Amino acid sequence: MSATEARTAALKVEDLEVAYDVRGVLRPVLRGVSFEIRPGEAYGLVGESGCGKSTTAYAAVRYLPGNGHITAGRALIGGDDVTAMGAEDLRALRASRISMVYQDPGQSLNPTIKVGKQVAEAFAVLGASKEEARERAIEALRRVRIADAERVMERYPYQLSGGMQQRAVIAMALACDPQLLILDEPTTGLDATVEAEVLDLVANLRDETGAAILLIAHNLGVVRRTCDRVGIMYAGRIVEEGIAGEVFDDPQHPYTVGLLRCLPRRGAAKSERRLDTIPGSLPLIGTPLPACVFEDRCALASAECRTALPTASHPRPDRTVFCHHVDRVAELVAAPVTAAAGEVAPGEVVLQLEDVSKTFRQGGHEVRALVGVDLELRAGETLGLVGESGSGKTTLAKAILGIHAADQGGVIRLDGETLAGLTTQRSADARRAIQIIFQNPDSALNRSKTVRSILSRALSKLAGLSGQAADDRLEKIREEVVLSPRHLDLKPRQLSGGLKQRVAIGNAFAGDPRIVVCDEPTSALDVSVQAAILNLLADLQRDEQASYIVISHDLGVVRYLSDRIAVLYLGRLMEVGDAATVFAGPHHPYTEALLSAVPSVDGDPPARIRLEGEVPSAIDVPSGCVFHTRCPRAIQGTCEASEPPLVEVEAGHMMRCHIPIDELRRLQATDAG
Amino acid sequence: MSAVDPTAFEPPAPLEDAGAAADRRSARREKLRLFVRNPSAIIGGAILIFWIICAIFGDVIAPYSPFATDFDGHVPPGGTNILGTDQLGRDVLSRVIIGSRDVLIAAPICAIIGVGLGTLLGMLMGYYRGWLDDTLGRVIEAFLALPVPLVALLALAALGSSTTTVVLTVGIFFTPIVARTVRAAVLAERENDYVQAAKLRGENGLYIMFREILPNITGPIVVEFTVRIGYAVFTIAFLSFLGVGIQPPTPDWGLMVSEEYALIIGGYWWVTVFPALAIASLVIAVNLVADAMQEVNER
Ligand SMILES: Nc1ncnc2c1ncn2[C@@H]1O[C@H](COP(=O)(O)OP(=O)(O)OP(=O)(O)O)[C@@H](O)[C@H]1O
Ligand code: SF4
Ligand code: SF4
Ligand SMILES: [Mg+2]
Repeated sequence: MSATEARTAALKVEDLEVAYDVRGVLRPVLRGVSFEIRPGEAYGLVGESGCGKSTTAYAAVRYLPGNGHITAGRALIGGDDVTAMGAEDLRALRASRISMVYQDPGQSLNPTIKVGKQVAEAFAVLGASKEEARERAIEALRRVRIADAERVMERYPYQLSGGMQQRAVIAMALACDPQLLILDEPTTGLDATVEAEVLDLVANLRDETGAAILLIAHNLGVVRRTCDRVGIMYAGRIVEEGIAGEVFDDPQHPYTVGLLRCLPRRGAAKSERRLDTIPGSLPLIGTPLPACVFEDRCALASAECRTALPTASHPRPDRTVFCHHVDRVAELVAAPVTAAAGEVAPGEVVLQLEDVSKTFRQGGHEVRALVGVDLELRAGETLGLVGESGSGKTTLAKAILGIHAADQGGVIRLDGETLAGLTTQRSADARRAIQIIFQNPDSALNRSKTVRSILSRALSKLAGLSGQAADDRLEKIREEVVLSPRHLDLKPRQLSGGLKQRVAIGNAFAGDPRIVVCDEPTSALDVSVQAAILNLLADLQRDEQASYIVISHDLGVVRYLSDRIAVLYLGRLMEVGDAATVFAGPHHPYTEALLSAVPSVDGDPPARIRLEGEVPSAIDVPSGCVFHTRCPRAIQGTCEASEPPLVEVEAGHMMRCHIPIDELRRLQATDAG
Repeated sequence: MSAVDPTAFEPPAPLEDAGAAADRRSARREKLRLFVRNPSAIIGGAILIFWIICAIFGDVIAPYSPFATDFDGHVPPGGTNILGTDQLGRDVLSRVIIGSRDVLIAAPICAIIGVGLGTLLGMLMGYYRGWLDDTLGRVIEAFLALPVPLVALLALAALGSSTTTVVLTVGIFFTPIVARTVRAAVLAERENDYVQAAKLRGENGLYIMFREILPNITGPIVVEFTVRIGYAVFTIAFLSFLGVGIQPPTPDWGLMVSEEYALIIGGYWWVTVFPALAIASLVIAVNLVADAMQEVNER
């Protein structure tokens, strides 16, 4: 490394080792991390939960929690060694040259102080006068594309949406004109379209300000869209590094290869193939690891992998891989293409929704969360629900489950029988027929109970089993969801995320349900665990002939599990059709925008549609086609005047749009070409 | 990586279980360790244990009978009567030691009544919300706005003073305060999906409240219980001081203070100050322990 190079890098991390002091024992978390971010470059750190991404970012600016220690290596910001800096210099550095944005904007904003005051404060600490600070705050809010900056200044954080809050936080972070902006999961809590907007903002700001960016994200699509280069972390080491798109399209380290194969990509569907998984599990913090940290899960591992540290090799230009056997990655064969589930022969209609609406009353206003939904679900079929938050996906699922009652007038039928609105009014049979797998198993499983008591209770209430019969069935469920016997006597928090979700799935399947609602079933899980859970869901569906209603913002997951897709916007069905058709197009303009907004690991389409603005409030719905305020294809004069009906535009494909399907096909083909 | 059986994937190496189980065990041990090391817990606990020993073994420890009027009146501290004697010639030290007994029995009972009823109300309000919560919430607010000593005085005057009525009154006065805490805890807890899941499998409200939610909110309830004991000590003493609490000649601290506080000016401070210190020390001790618990709980 030449001295000039060290000086020019916005951030240069050299052999950084960090350990956390846990009850007096130093547990190594970073095991020699090195990378470099050039000025103006965006660098992504990717890896599964607990691999040390955040620790790396915090260590680089010496913001580690009290029990974290840098045990070796250094971090240079603009050539200055942060690890050797005195408190005063460190403070000056943090105040003027670097900024951090955390995952939860709520954490960075004080809920009791007006947004404007907080943003202005960021300038005031830099020495601006009160007047000046206010002006610059307005300017900063404009810079993060907040149109109505003056009015936003007067609001409290809770009066802003998540996306707006995160923009305000970014505005504050940019106050000091940083050379390096560190973003730790900046869009994780946000909706896909809002996420896309924030990412676009970050990209634009980078062009404007020339700041270097360190982006931490578990969503590989986000990293691909935003970053120039990417480092793949595993157990406290960077195992592969290169240009983002190239790494994701042509991974060279066995771990990267495995990780990318776990993802449902490029339109994979369960009827075509099972997902790959990585055998074994992530190493626990504090366990001693072999020389190559991935050795115990690697199919290529040999004796030297245990003992000798893999050195850098460059199988491609601009690529660094730490592996003894880079030349052999081609031997890593994907799982043979076995379908996880056969094509469903359309079975009988199990669930039928006719004109289902749901109106909430809120401070004297009517909030129409769901408007006239007609849907059918057949035996063994999976229906995917997509739409931005506030589109009514969860409201619909809750109405079906009977968590809240739909409005009078609509009908929900199970096997032809009309269901009562609330689960408490339904028969025991109806209740056991419709169950749910929640997003977050930590919340869905009672933490004070053991796995056994959770499952037993479900069996006794839903299947009406007790005694030996219950024990036998418990055993069967345990096998079905692939838990081992000793897990039964543990409590949820003793289990990993994936195991917890298996318990939650077992819980839902206890009473042989006909319909299972899966509300974001894998979004709380790591990629490699997600694959195993998706396979399990596909297996159970095949064996139990259950129908699924899958809600997910991850379009890859929806595409993988679903046979049919329903697209919701402001409580209305905009498009319904076979999964393949809906994804292939011609799309409804909203679906088109949604597909194009969501960042994908496979890269973005050549012409990306930006879905601007936020979903209008359901209290004050736009006239005509409710999507016209944001629709890139809206027809002046027509769309705002009358609402198009939901009509069958081709066999089994329903759409709600004034533009005829052939016209849409032509428009979308021209734009793509 | 060749074709991987998905079943090979997740039931993890025994290592994970062992690690997790050990972690959990040590998490509990860690809580205990933190508690035992907490300075508040050490000081508070020591004082508390001291008074509990006094209450149990008071007859053995106390140098004299608390009722015997064997000595001269108003002997100053020092000499054979370490803390002096009162007007009637009773040994102050013996009376303070034995005086811990009633309060240490009565205060926890008050807390049990208050926390028991309060938990019940709080659970109902937090779980059912709606009109029940609104109505009870108003009642509680109105109740809390009352001048407590005055109402307690009236209640005790009407019911007649006895240890039982004192305990009941104080317990009932605690109920709304506890109910508010428990309600808040239930409101937060019921947002968890396991509550929804229980409804979807057809559990009734009682089951959900007491079998699903209650085990998860024991932390704040235990803290509340401890805090209430502290308040009970003080309130019981205060009521005795006003003459509507525990009745003479029982050696009660509040009573002792009330009997001779007017004589402080005459220089007979010890008869009043020592029981007052006893009250203060017990209240502080209980609160220190409660603080320590809360601190450990919130980590
Ligand atoms: N203050 C701490 N004390 C002890 N261990 C810690 C501490 N902070 C983090 N760890 C552990 O260090 C390891 C790395 O944590 P880190 O937060 O850097 O991971 P991450 O890659 O950012 O994960 P995530 O994707 O979940 O945010 C994990 O095993 C974590 O449990
Ligand atoms: S060094 Fe060995 S164990 Fe590590 S990834 Fe390469 S082949 Fe696998
Ligand atoms: S009806 Fe008009 S506004 Fe609505 S989706 Fe179609 S083109 Fe867009
Ligand atoms: Mg992190």
